[in-house]
Amino acid sequence: MSEKKVALVTGASRGIGRAIAEQLVADGFFVVGTATSEKGAAAIGDALGANGAGKVLNVTDKESVASTVKSINDEFGAPLVLVNNAGITRDNIMLRMKDDEWEDVINTNLNSLYRVSKACLKGMTKARWGRIINISSVVGTMGNAGQANYAAAKGGVEGFTRALARELGSRNITVNSVAPGFIQTDMTEALPEAQKEALLAGIPLGRLGQPGEIASAVGWLASDGGGYVTGTTLHVNGGMFTG
Amino acid sequence: MSSIEDRVNKIIVEQLGVKPEDVKPEASFVEDLGADSLDTVELVMALEEEFETEIPDEEAEKINTVQSAVDYIKAHS
Repeated sequence: MSEKKVALVTGASRGIGRAIAEQLVADGFFVVGTATSEKGAAAIGDALGANGAGKVLNVTDKESVASTVKSINDEFGAPLVLVNNAGITRDNIMLRMKDDEWEDVINTNLNSLYRVSKACLKGMTKARWGRIINISSVVGTMGNAGQANYAAAKGGVEGFTRALARELGSRNITVNSVAPGFIQTDMTEALPEAQKEALLAGIPLGRLGQPGEIASAVGWLASDGGGYVTGTTLHVNGGMFTG
Repeated sequence: MSSIEDRVNKIIVEQLGVKPEDVKPEASFVEDLGADSLDTVELVMALEEEFETEIPDEEAEKINTVQSAVDYIKAHS
Protein backbone atom coordinates (compact mmCIF):
# COMPACT_ATOMS: atom_id res chain seq x y z
CA MET A 1 0.00 0.00 0.00
CA SER A 2 1.20 3.46 -0.83
CA GLU A 3 1.38 6.17 1.85
CA LYS A 4 0.81 8.72 -0.88
CA LYS A 5 -2.42 9.34 -2.76
CA VAL A 6 -2.60 7.05 -5.77
CA ALA A 7 -3.10 8.55 -9.24
CA LEU A 8 -4.02 6.48 -12.29
CA VAL A 9 -3.02 7.77 -15.72
CA THR A 10 -4.22 5.81 -18.75
CA GLY A 11 -2.08 5.79 -21.87
CA ALA A 12 1.11 6.83 -20.10
CA SER A 13 3.76 5.35 -22.42
CA ARG A 14 4.32 8.39 -24.56
CA GLY A 15 3.55 12.01 -25.25
CA ILE A 16 1.06 13.81 -23.06
CA GLY A 17 0.25 10.82 -20.84
CA ARG A 18 3.87 10.26 -20.01
CA ALA A 19 4.38 13.93 -19.13
CA ILE A 20 1.29 13.84 -16.90
CA ALA A 21 2.58 10.76 -15.06
CA GLU A 22 5.93 12.49 -14.44
CA GLN A 23 4.22 15.69 -13.29
CA LEU A 24 2.04 13.85 -10.78
CA VAL A 25 5.07 12.02 -9.39
CA ALA A 26 6.78 15.40 -8.95
CA ASP A 27 3.65 16.66 -7.18
CA GLY A 28 3.87 13.86 -4.62
CA PHE A 29 1.44 11.25 -5.90
CA PHE A 30 2.12 7.55 -6.33
CA VAL A 31 1.39 7.15 -10.04
CA VAL A 32 0.17 4.08 -11.86
CA GLY A 33 0.60 4.54 -15.61
CA THR A 34 -1.00 2.17 -18.07
CA ALA A 35 -0.02 0.86 -21.49
CA THR A 36 -1.64 -1.65 -23.80
CA SER A 37 1.40 -3.99 -23.86
CA GLU A 38 3.51 -5.73 -21.18
CA LYS A 39 6.57 -4.08 -22.64
CA GLY A 40 5.01 -0.62 -22.43
CA ALA A 41 3.90 -1.19 -18.85
CA ALA A 42 7.38 -2.36 -17.83
CA ALA A 43 8.93 0.76 -19.39
CA ILE A 44 6.54 2.99 -17.44
CA GLY A 45 7.40 1.15 -14.24
CA ASP A 46 11.13 1.67 -14.90
CA ALA A 47 10.65 5.35 -15.69
CA LEU A 48 8.59 6.12 -12.59
CA GLY A 49 10.85 4.15 -10.24
CA ALA A 50 9.86 3.95 -6.58
CA ASN A 51 7.10 6.54 -7.02
CA GLY A 52 4.98 4.61 -9.44
CA ALA A 53 4.20 1.48 -11.38
CA GLY A 54 3.22 0.40 -14.87
CA LYS A 55 0.18 -1.77 -15.58
CA VAL A 56 -1.29 -3.30 -18.70
CA LEU A 57 -4.74 -1.93 -19.46
CA ASN A 58 -6.98 -2.12 -22.49
CA VAL A 59 -9.53 0.64 -21.88
CA THR A 60 -11.90 -0.88 -24.44
CA ASP A 61 -12.17 -4.15 -22.51
CA LYS A 62 -14.46 -4.30 -19.50
CA GLU A 63 -12.65 -7.29 -17.97
CA SER A 64 -9.26 -5.64 -18.36
CA VAL A 65 -10.54 -2.49 -16.64
CA ALA A 66 -12.05 -4.48 -13.75
CA SER A 67 -8.96 -6.60 -13.14
CA THR A 68 -6.44 -3.78 -13.49
CA VAL A 69 -8.33 -1.44 -11.16
CA LYS A 70 -8.72 -4.26 -8.65
CA SER A 71 -5.02 -5.04 -8.71
CA ILE A 72 -4.18 -1.34 -8.19
CA ASN A 73 -6.59 -1.23 -5.23
CA ASP A 74 -5.04 -4.35 -3.71
CA GLU A 75 -1.40 -3.41 -4.28
CA PHE A 76 -1.25 0.34 -3.80
CA GLY A 77 -4.68 1.57 -2.66
CA ALA A 78 -7.67 3.02 -4.48
CA PRO A 79 -6.80 5.64 -7.10
CA LEU A 80 -8.16 9.02 -5.96
CA VAL A 81 -6.88 10.85 -9.02
CA LEU A 82 -7.90 9.46 -12.40
CA VAL A 83 -6.54 10.94 -15.60
CA ASN A 84 -8.43 9.55 -18.59
CA ASN A 85 -5.81 10.18 -21.21
CA ALA A 86 -5.65 7.09 -23.43
CA GLY A 87 -6.74 7.99 -26.93
CA ILE A 88 -6.28 7.23 -30.60
CA THR A 89 -6.94 8.88 -33.96
CA ARG A 90 -8.27 7.20 -37.11
CA ASP A 91 -8.64 10.22 -39.38
CA ASN A 92 -10.62 10.04 -42.57
CA ILE A 93 -13.09 12.18 -44.47
CA MET A 94 -16.66 11.14 -43.74
CA LEU A 95 -17.34 9.84 -47.25
CA ARG A 96 -14.45 7.42 -46.87
CA MET A 97 -14.73 6.60 -43.19
CA LYS A 98 -15.02 2.92 -42.31
CA ASP A 99 -17.22 1.58 -39.52
CA ASP A 100 -14.20 0.40 -37.57
CA GLU A 101 -12.53 3.82 -37.80
CA TRP A 102 -15.61 5.38 -36.28
CA GLU A 103 -16.17 2.71 -33.66
CA ASP A 104 -12.54 2.32 -32.56
CA VAL A 105 -12.23 6.04 -31.85
CA ILE A 106 -15.55 6.29 -29.97
CA ASN A 107 -14.76 3.16 -28.01
CA THR A 108 -11.20 4.07 -27.02
CA ASN A 109 -11.69 7.81 -26.51
CA LEU A 110 -15.21 8.01 -25.07
CA ASN A 111 -16.63 4.67 -23.93
CA SER A 112 -13.44 4.13 -21.93
CA LEU A 113 -14.38 7.06 -19.67
CA TYR A 114 -17.56 5.30 -18.65
CA ARG A 115 -15.71 2.10 -17.85
CA VAL A 116 -12.63 3.41 -16.08
CA SER A 117 -14.33 6.23 -14.16
CA LYS A 118 -17.05 3.90 -12.89
CA ALA A 119 -14.45 1.41 -11.70
CA CYS A 120 -12.63 4.11 -9.70
CA LEU A 121 -15.66 5.84 -8.18
CA LYS A 122 -16.22 3.64 -5.14
CA GLY A 123 -12.79 4.45 -3.78
CA MET A 124 -13.19 8.20 -4.33
CA THR A 125 -16.68 8.19 -2.82
CA LYS A 126 -15.46 6.42 0.30
CA ALA A 127 -12.51 8.79 0.63
CA ARG A 128 -14.76 11.84 0.17
CA TRP A 129 -12.02 13.17 -2.13
CA GLY A 130 -11.39 12.60 -5.78
CA ARG A 131 -10.20 14.16 -9.00
CA ILE A 132 -11.24 12.96 -12.43
CA ILE A 133 -9.40 14.73 -15.24
CA ASN A 134 -10.31 13.89 -18.81
CA ILE A 135 -8.00 14.75 -21.66
CA SER A 136 -10.14 16.22 -24.40
CA SER A 137 -8.95 18.20 -27.43
CA VAL A 138 -9.48 21.60 -28.98
CA VAL A 139 -11.01 19.62 -31.84
CA GLY A 140 -13.92 18.69 -29.58
CA THR A 141 -14.93 22.37 -29.56
CA MET A 142 -13.69 23.65 -32.95
CA GLY A 143 -14.09 20.57 -35.09
CA ASN A 144 -11.54 19.58 -37.70
CA ALA A 145 -12.00 18.27 -41.22
CA GLY A 146 -11.20 14.56 -41.37
CA GLN A 147 -11.77 14.05 -37.66
CA ALA A 148 -15.54 13.70 -37.25
CA ASN A 149 -15.01 10.56 -35.16
CA TYR A 150 -12.37 12.18 -32.95
CA ALA A 151 -14.32 15.44 -32.57
CA ALA A 152 -17.50 13.53 -31.68
CA ALA A 153 -15.66 11.54 -29.02
CA LYS A 154 -13.95 14.60 -27.54
CA GLY A 155 -17.18 16.63 -27.53
CA GLY A 156 -18.70 13.68 -25.71
CA VAL A 157 -15.88 13.72 -23.19
CA GLU A 158 -16.70 17.31 -22.31
CA GLY A 159 -20.43 16.58 -21.85
CA PHE A 160 -19.57 13.58 -19.69
CA THR A 161 -17.35 15.88 -17.62
CA ARG A 162 -20.12 18.40 -16.98
CA ALA A 163 -22.70 15.77 -16.01
CA LEU A 164 -20.43 13.82 -13.71
CA ALA A 165 -19.22 17.01 -12.01
CA ARG A 166 -22.82 17.76 -11.01
CA GLU A 167 -23.37 14.19 -9.86
CA LEU A 168 -20.31 13.93 -7.64
CA GLY A 169 -19.84 17.41 -6.26
CA SER A 170 -21.51 16.51 -2.98
CA ARG A 171 -18.81 13.91 -2.39
CA ASN A 172 -15.95 16.37 -2.92
CA ILE A 173 -15.01 14.77 -6.21
CA THR A 174 -14.17 17.22 -8.99
CA VAL A 175 -14.45 16.34 -12.66
CA ASN A 176 -12.78 18.46 -15.34
CA SER A 177 -11.42 18.25 -18.87
CA VAL A 178 -8.18 19.61 -20.21
CA ALA A 179 -8.36 20.36 -23.94
CA PRO A 180 -4.93 20.53 -25.57
CA GLY A 181 -4.39 22.32 -28.84
CA PHE A 182 -1.57 21.10 -31.06
CA ILE A 183 1.14 19.61 -28.89
CA GLN A 184 4.50 18.35 -30.03
CA THR A 185 4.08 14.56 -29.85
CA ASP A 186 4.35 11.57 -32.16
CA MET A 187 0.75 12.30 -33.16
CA THR A 188 1.56 15.79 -34.52
CA GLU A 189 5.10 14.87 -35.63
CA ALA A 190 3.48 12.79 -38.38
CA LEU A 191 1.84 15.81 -40.03
CA PRO A 192 3.27 17.03 -43.38
CA GLU A 193 5.43 20.19 -43.20
CA ALA A 194 3.00 22.33 -45.23
CA GLN A 195 0.15 21.41 -42.91
CA LYS A 196 2.27 22.26 -39.86
CA GLU A 197 3.01 25.72 -41.27
CA ALA A 198 -0.65 26.41 -41.94
CA LEU A 199 -1.41 25.25 -38.43
CA LEU A 200 1.14 27.54 -36.83
CA ALA A 201 -0.34 30.52 -38.69
CA GLY A 202 -3.52 29.98 -36.68
CA ILE A 203 -1.79 29.86 -33.29
CA PRO A 204 -1.21 33.32 -31.75
CA LEU A 205 1.70 32.04 -29.65
CA GLY A 206 3.30 30.83 -32.91
CA ARG A 207 4.46 27.43 -31.73
CA LEU A 208 3.23 23.97 -30.84
CA GLY A 209 2.69 23.27 -27.17
CA GLN A 210 4.90 20.98 -25.13
CA PRO A 211 3.51 17.89 -23.35
CA GLY A 212 4.72 19.38 -20.06
CA GLU A 213 2.41 22.37 -20.59
CA ILE A 214 -0.60 20.04 -20.60
CA ALA A 215 0.80 18.10 -17.66
CA SER A 216 1.12 21.22 -15.50
CA ALA A 217 -2.55 22.07 -16.15
CA VAL A 218 -3.49 18.55 -15.06
CA GLY A 219 -1.24 18.85 -12.02
CA TRP A 220 -2.99 22.02 -10.96
CA LEU A 221 -6.46 20.48 -11.29
CA ALA A 222 -5.30 17.53 -9.19
CA SER A 223 -3.81 19.77 -6.50
CA ASP A 224 -5.59 21.18 -3.46
CA GLY A 225 -5.29 24.62 -5.09
CA GLY A 226 -7.48 23.45 -7.98
CA GLY A 227 -10.14 22.08 -5.65
CA TYR A 228 -12.87 24.64 -6.39
CA VAL A 229 -12.81 23.99 -10.15
CA THR A 230 -15.29 21.42 -11.40
CA GLY A 231 -17.29 20.71 -14.56
CA THR A 232 -15.08 22.85 -16.72
CA THR A 233 -12.87 22.43 -19.77
CA LEU A 234 -9.48 24.06 -19.45
CA HIS A 235 -8.15 25.02 -22.89
CA VAL A 236 -4.39 24.88 -23.33
CA ASN A 237 -3.80 25.74 -26.97
CA GLY A 238 -1.61 28.79 -27.49
CA GLY A 239 -4.66 30.85 -28.33
CA MET A 240 -5.78 28.93 -31.43
CA PHE A 241 -9.25 28.75 -29.92
CA THR A 242 -10.32 31.55 -27.63
CA GLY A 243 -13.94 30.62 -26.87
CA MET B 1 -22.25 -10.35 18.80
CA SER B 2 -25.08 -7.97 18.07
CA SER B 3 -27.98 -9.02 15.87
CA ILE B 4 -28.11 -8.38 12.14
CA GLU B 5 -30.87 -5.84 12.78
CA ASP B 6 -28.66 -3.89 15.19
CA ARG B 7 -25.68 -3.90 12.85
CA VAL B 8 -27.77 -2.81 9.86
CA ASN B 9 -29.45 -0.07 11.91
CA LYS B 10 -26.10 1.22 13.12
CA ILE B 11 -24.81 1.52 9.56
CA ILE B 12 -27.94 3.33 8.44
CA VAL B 13 -27.60 5.81 11.32
CA GLU B 14 -23.94 6.43 10.46
CA GLN B 15 -24.35 6.65 6.69
CA LEU B 16 -27.49 8.74 6.53
CA GLY B 17 -26.87 10.80 9.66
CA VAL B 18 -30.34 10.04 11.08
CA LYS B 19 -31.55 9.42 14.62
CA PRO B 20 -31.68 5.77 15.76
CA GLU B 21 -35.37 6.11 16.68
CA ASP B 22 -36.22 7.05 13.08
CA VAL B 23 -34.77 3.82 11.72
CA LYS B 24 -37.97 1.77 11.74
CA PRO B 25 -38.29 -1.42 9.69
CA GLU B 26 -40.76 0.10 7.22
CA ALA B 27 -38.77 3.34 6.79
CA SER B 28 -37.79 4.11 3.21
CA PHE B 29 -34.26 5.46 2.80
CA VAL B 30 -35.29 8.08 0.28
CA GLU B 31 -38.77 9.04 1.43
CA ASP B 32 -38.44 8.77 5.20
CA LEU B 33 -34.72 9.07 5.93
CA GLY B 34 -33.80 11.80 3.45
CA ALA B 35 -31.31 9.82 1.37
CA ASP B 36 -30.54 10.71 -2.23
CA SER B 37 -29.65 8.14 -4.87
CA LEU B 38 -25.93 8.46 -4.19
CA ASP B 39 -26.55 7.95 -0.45
CA THR B 40 -28.34 4.68 -1.14
CA VAL B 41 -25.40 3.42 -3.21
CA GLU B 42 -23.02 4.34 -0.41
CA LEU B 43 -25.24 2.61 2.11
CA VAL B 44 -25.06 -0.59 0.10
CA MET B 45 -21.26 -0.20 -0.08
CA ALA B 46 -21.15 0.10 3.71
CA LEU B 47 -23.34 -3.00 4.12
CA GLU B 48 -21.04 -4.91 1.77
CA GLU B 49 -18.09 -3.98 3.93
CA GLU B 50 -19.74 -4.74 7.27
CA PHE B 51 -21.05 -8.14 6.17
CA GLU B 52 -18.15 -8.99 3.86
CA THR B 53 -20.36 -9.70 0.90
CA GLU B 54 -20.84 -8.42 -2.62
CA ILE B 55 -24.32 -7.21 -3.44
CA PRO B 56 -24.96 -7.28 -7.20
CA ASP B 57 -26.39 -4.07 -8.72
CA GLU B 58 -29.75 -5.64 -9.58
CA GLU B 59 -30.18 -6.75 -5.95
CA ALA B 60 -28.88 -3.46 -4.56
CA GLU B 61 -31.58 -1.57 -6.43
CA LYS B 62 -34.23 -3.48 -4.47
CA ILE B 63 -32.81 -2.48 -1.09
CA ASN B 64 -34.98 0.57 -0.44
CA THR B 65 -36.13 0.17 3.14
CA VAL B 66 -34.61 -0.81 6.47
CA GLN B 67 -36.45 -4.13 6.38
CA SER B 68 -35.33 -4.95 2.83
CA ALA B 69 -31.70 -4.42 3.88
CA VAL B 70 -32.11 -6.73 6.88
CA ASP B 71 -33.89 -9.34 4.77
CA TYR B 72 -31.18 -9.30 2.12
CA ILE B 73 -28.39 -9.73 4.64
CA LYS B 74 -30.22 -12.53 6.44
CA ALA B 75 -30.83 -14.39 3.21
CA HIS B 76 -27.20 -14.06 2.10
CA SER B 77 -25.16 -14.65 5.23
